[in-house]
Amino acid sequence: MAEAVPFGAESLAGGRARAARRVLDQVVLPGEELLLPEQEDVEGPGGAGERPLRLNAGARSRLRVVCGPGLRRCGDRLLVTKCGRLRHKDPGSGSSGGVYWVDSQQKRYVPVKGDHVIGIVTAKSGDIFKVDVGGSEPASLSYLAFEGATKRNRPNVQVGDLIYGQFVVANKDMEPEMVCIDSCGRANGMGVIGHDGLLFKVTLGLIRKLLAPDCEIIQEVGRLYPLEIVFGMNGRIWVKAKTIQQTLILANILEACEHMTADQRKQIFARLAES
Amino acid sequence: MAAERKTKLSKNLLRMKFMQRGLDSETKKQLEEEEKKIISEEHWYLDLPELKEKESVIIEEQSFLLCEDLLYGRMSFRGFNPEVEKLMLQMNAKNKAEEEDEDEVVELDVSDEEMARRYETLVGTIGKKFAKKRDRANYEEDENGDIRPVKAKKMFLKPQD
Repeated sequence: MAEAVPFGAESLAGGRARAARRVLDQVVLPGEELLLPEQEDVEGPGGAGERPLRLNAGARSRLRVVCGPGLRRCGDRLLVTKCGRLRHKDPGSGSSGGVYWVDSQQKRYVPVKGDHVIGIVTAKSGDIFKVDVGGSEPASLSYLAFEGATKRNRPNVQVGDLIYGQFVVANKDMEPEMVCIDSCGRANGMGVIGHDGLLFKVTLGLIRKLLAPDCEIIQEVGRLYPLEIVFGMNGRIWVKAKTIQQTLILANILEACEHMTADQRKQIFARLAES
Repeated sequence: MAAERKTKLSKNLLRMKFMQRGLDSETKKQLEEEEKKIISEEHWYLDLPELKEKESVIIEEQSFLLCEDLLYGRMSFRGFNPEVEKLMLQMNAKNKAEEEDEDEVVELDVSDEEMARRYETLVGTIGKKFAKKRDRANYEEDENGDIRPVKAKKMFLKPQD
């Protein structure tokens, strides 16, 4: 039974829940509750006791909604836990109702299953390597988790090497575990990253921005000179170019492009292209 | 007096295998049910009123992979690392191929009729391989040019004399 809540009774902590649909691409703050589209109708337009007539009130189509990072489930509603912009993605096919998530910014990485990250090997103990991924504890990487590795044929990994791998176990209760092969047993580009090059750290939001399918920055950077980049979802980027100077220029560009507008960026690229 | 009182056998004795062989299947079932009752009564359960379980429609995921289509993390430009460039094409094409899978219809290189025709002749040629030297003569070519398999085996003909 939805009664119209008088505005005077709104507490500071929990205001009225807003419809998720209307808040898309706007800033949301932690503590806000969002209503899913199906619940909006039940709550009513907010008038005094007016409720829209529904012919089949009993049959509510239950669509599966996925709440992504920055959101939690709170009964039938979504509770915001990070500040940022609310985003939504429609599913192309299937019966799921889409994905909602909060596009937030942070520098601290929390291991998530399935993420590809760059790690630094810190210790070799028995059959596993301890890899620092920037989380609260080092991840463990078994020496058999490389392509073509057997008990006799050990991979050539030393302390201090850079590893590109993905997490298979990553939750708050257990130590994260990573591997350098996919489910079919193929490496797919994972494993030890070659020598030389430069590793530096950026914010997590920038990585996602750079890895977006239509990112102009990467296209422009690719036109400068031959180079190789590896992006880790834990905020680490490894770059390599032919000379040290080119590598440093590249690192500076990628770090700075977070705070530059598109025009400033184009100016800098134009100047680089000339020299 | 002695006939009135039956010798009372203990429960454990009656439960032994050799005592159960003579029983009917019905009495066996009854015994089994009684055993099950005893066991299930020993199980603990919460004496709470039945709470209606709500079907949770919302699924929580902490990964950004579902939310945004991100490209593959390793990139190489202008031929710096050819293997990585090949990988880039492969992995990014895989993402796109999953989206387009539903719309495409598989195009056939060879039509069904042609396949059927080829199979007809195939049976003859493969059969020829396994036929013995004497039988190979039977695989003569027909008027049409198709190879037909052997018709009749040569049987022993009894001499008339």
